[in-house]
Amino acid sequence: MASTGAEVREGLLDAEARAEMERTWRPRPGLYGWLASTDHKSVAKRYVATAFLFFILGGLEALLMRVQLARPENGLLDPDQYAQLFSMHGTTMMFLFGVPIQLAAAIYLVPLMVGTRNISFPRLNAFGYWTYLVGGLLLYSGFALNTGPDAGWFNYVPLAGPEYSPGKRIDVWAQTVTFTEIAALVAAVELIVTILKQRAPGMSLNRVPLYVWSILVTSFVVLFAMPSVALASLMLAFDRLVGTHYFNPAEGGDALLWQHLFWFFGHPEVYIMFLPATGFVSEIIPVFARRRIFGHTALVLALVATGFLSFGLWVHHMFTTGLPQLGQSFFTAASVMIAIPNGVQVFCWIATLWAGRPRFDTPLLFVLGFLVLFVMGGITGVMVASVPFDQQAHDTHFVVAHLHYVQIGAFVFPLFAAIYFWFPKVTGRMLSETLGKWNFWLFFAGVNLTFFPLHFLGLMGMTRRVYTYLPETGWGPLNLLATVGAFTIAASVAVFLANVYRSLRSGRAAGDDPWGAHTLEWGTSSPPPSYNFLHVPVVQGLYALWERTPDRPVVTGMQTRRREVLLTTVLDATPDARYEHPGPGLAPLYTALGLGVTFIGAIFTPWAFVAGPVLMFGALLHWFATEEEKEGPPTHAEEPA
Amino acid sequence: MSARARRAAGLAAAVLLAGCGTNLSAVDPAGPQAARIAGLAGFLTVAGSAVFLVVVGFLLYAVWRGHRRAESAGGPEVERRMALWVGGGLAATVAVLAAVLLHNLATGRALAAFAEPDALVVRVTGQQWWWEVEYQDPSPHRRLLTANEIHVPVGRRVRVEVESSDVIHSFWVPNLHGKLDLIPGYSGVTYLRADRPGVYHGRCAEYCGLQHARMDLRVVAEPPERFAAWYEAQLRAAPPPADSLQQKGQQVFLTRKCAMCHTIRGTPAQSRIGPDLTHLASRGTIASGTLPNTRGHLAGWVVDPQRIKPGARMPPNQLASDELHALLDYLQSLK
Repeated sequence: MASTGAEVREGLLDAEARAEMERTWRPRPGLYGWLASTDHKSVAKRYVATAFLFFILGGLEALLMRVQLARPENGLLDPDQYAQLFSMHGTTMMFLFGVPIQLAAAIYLVPLMVGTRNISFPRLNAFGYWTYLVGGLLLYSGFALNTGPDAGWFNYVPLAGPEYSPGKRIDVWAQTVTFTEIAALVAAVELIVTILKQRAPGMSLNRVPLYVWSILVTSFVVLFAMPSVALASLMLAFDRLVGTHYFNPAEGGDALLWQHLFWFFGHPEVYIMFLPATGFVSEIIPVFARRRIFGHTALVLALVATGFLSFGLWVHHMFTTGLPQLGQSFFTAASVMIAIPNGVQVFCWIATLWAGRPRFDTPLLFVLGFLVLFVMGGITGVMVASVPFDQQAHDTHFVVAHLHYVQIGAFVFPLFAAIYFWFPKVTGRMLSETLGKWNFWLFFAGVNLTFFPLHFLGLMGMTRRVYTYLPETGWGPLNLLATVGAFTIAASVAVFLANVYRSLRSGRAAGDDPWGAHTLEWGTSSPPPSYNFLHVPVVQGLYALWERTPDRPVVTGMQTRRREVLLTTVLDATPDARYEHPGPGLAPLYTALGLGVTFIGAIFTPWAFVAGPVLMFGALLHWFATEEEKEGPPTHAEEPA
Repeated sequence: MSARARRAAGLAAAVLLAGCGTNLSAVDPAGPQAARIAGLAGFLTVAGSAVFLVVVGFLLYAVWRGHRRAESAGGPEVERRMALWVGGGLAATVAVLAAVLLHNLATGRALAAFAEPDALVVRVTGQQWWWEVEYQDPSPHRRLLTANEIHVPVGRRVRVEVESSDVIHSFWVPNLHGKLDLIPGYSGVTYLRADRPGVYHGRCAEYCGLQHARMDLRVVAEPPERFAAWYEAQLRAAPPPADSLQQKGQQVFLTRKCAMCHTIRGTPAQSRIGPDLTHLASRGTIASGTLPNTRGHLAGWVVDPQRIKPGARMPPNQLASDELHALLDYLQSLK
């Protein structure tokens, strides 16, 4: 390639400019630097690592349950241990792994993909991580102290109410959920603002990559879904701690109210995990099919439609509560309807693969596995959307099979595809393809071996959340098969961990763009520098790197000695203002700790509501004082015309 | 789908799921609603499998076709063909979903039309972790209280009114009908009809605490005359002790903890905390379907229920061996 003016210019100024940018943006050294970091990449990395750790813990809990169920009347676990395990498994996978890892991946990828230097509100971002960590530690400390939740991840009242669940177990659950809600909400706000206001010039809305679209839709779903469960868990905490009667039918409360509030959040939550996964798939398929994706606009519309429809499905979790027929028909129709945008996505992906020239590296394998499992889970989803069929299948292992096909197939598989795809960008090293293929095939076989038999067990009458069953039921052989499958999945995850370990020690260097991909993050080094891009790029097409002109235009004239990011307009991404971001600091950590004292303390004494806010007031004073020092009002950029 | 195809699908599923020792299958219907739902399940399974095979077939073809290309395809002609195929797929999806939706609504309508005013009325109350069963009758002295076992006459509609006295449970007898939740503060109604005699198992289907796994019930469908005989027998008070050992057993029952929770009609024991034991010996199982109703199991249950059903509300009973044997004699006489 001939050197262009841009390259020459960059070469000359490179060393000096990079050194200066590094001085401005680098994290501070030592433990302080680690605790105080507000860089989206370092926060996201620890976020992803923490969430993955919870994935492993949740998986171990599932393994224990599968061993218990491997044969009838097994004595490994007593009913109390089993109840804690399935409650922990669900709570962990949904609140500590599923939603957080998707938002964490977005916190890493979105600023790079839209070509900015940091996420909007970087301190709020750090605060979100610490809050999430406090929630996770609370749940697992409770579990370690035999105070783990035991009323399921759905935590139905009155079983979870003060009368039938005395002790602190459910309080631990409710407060854990509160922490993760706060973390998810702040992440959603930052991501929305980053996507709408910090895109590189030229990245008008019609040039926004599909993954970023998926995160935009997901973030709005988070904004509307999370307050519902926040309200529900707060009301439950009030019922339990201060004696209100929101959910107590004996005093005019309503036990079904909990289910409405919970599922109004709980169903969209599935899409909070699934929509970013479709974003991964839409980014990975064109790269490995070596072709532009077919139906970009249709895919964006499908994302938006799915986001809207996801709020019209919650009652299909309540088809056996005896709600009126007409209302149920509405929710059946909505549940069936959501198959349409998802069908559009699947067809567009298949068409792209057909027209492309696919290369079968591990990321694409996981995507193909995703397509097979997702179609399977989607079809059983349409089945359980039927009120009459669901009255038989509800709360049986048929639903366990369905939801794991969807969650593992449509969320964990794309997540693994994404890890294999972006690992080189994050670490600068490639993962092994050989181990990757082992990882994939073991996982694919394991999921089918574990969950396919559960469809039959469900129809044979095996209900969910049972710690044992009688030999006469005839459920033994299929359960044993499922347990073998669960260990196959565990082996697959072990291969993955070995792959990561090996790669970090001695993996092949990745280079900037090992896959020939098209989004902006592949245009900077691997791993990206603390400031992401030496110059903010100017985007010239939907496929930013595939469609840029040889002169590679960039934005110049930005401050290098201050943490300055470029704000652009919402629709057209024309430069709007230059905005200085705050630097590292401990205020987010202090605030999260103050919040932790408030909510955890409230389990034990109402005085926590006095002590906690005092701490938080101090932390926030610190927060705003340092903001004053480091940030001026936004400087308006010169209008180009 | 025609009735015959529906039956064939249901039969295939039943054969597939055969080999269960207990009647607990959603696709082996013994009543009209379960049959309707099994037919719908057959339709959904066939349609779903077809869609799965077609989509995965297209996926494999696409990957294979793409793999053989020297150059990825593009240009307006290719885009047009892709749009055509994706549009066709979308149209097919909408058509299949419409068929599914209509089938769902028709089935739902048929199930809702099952109500009948002069059905046999049974009130089922869920408790941690057993079922109280009360047959309703206009004349109060013909109301009947029992537990964990519902006898029904074959061919007659039964109106089951469900409620809960503690947490949420769910009433489910898969061979007869889908489930209905028992929610405190709400009362629910469902209808059952068994078309052939047999014992149909049921389970609690909503997690309700520690012993959710052991909260089973049995529906015993009998010819109408046998049901009538059973009903009359159940209406009678417990038979008086027939010998001195049973006499002693009754004394143990009345003077130890038993009488604080259980009823035996015809004796001073009238508490409704635990299941009614007036005709305990006529039931097939004890501890809500956990154990067969034999002397040995009954002994184990009376002495230490917590070993069999940890968390159950029944406390352990320390009885001298002669007291235990007397008590068992008495309980087994409660036919």
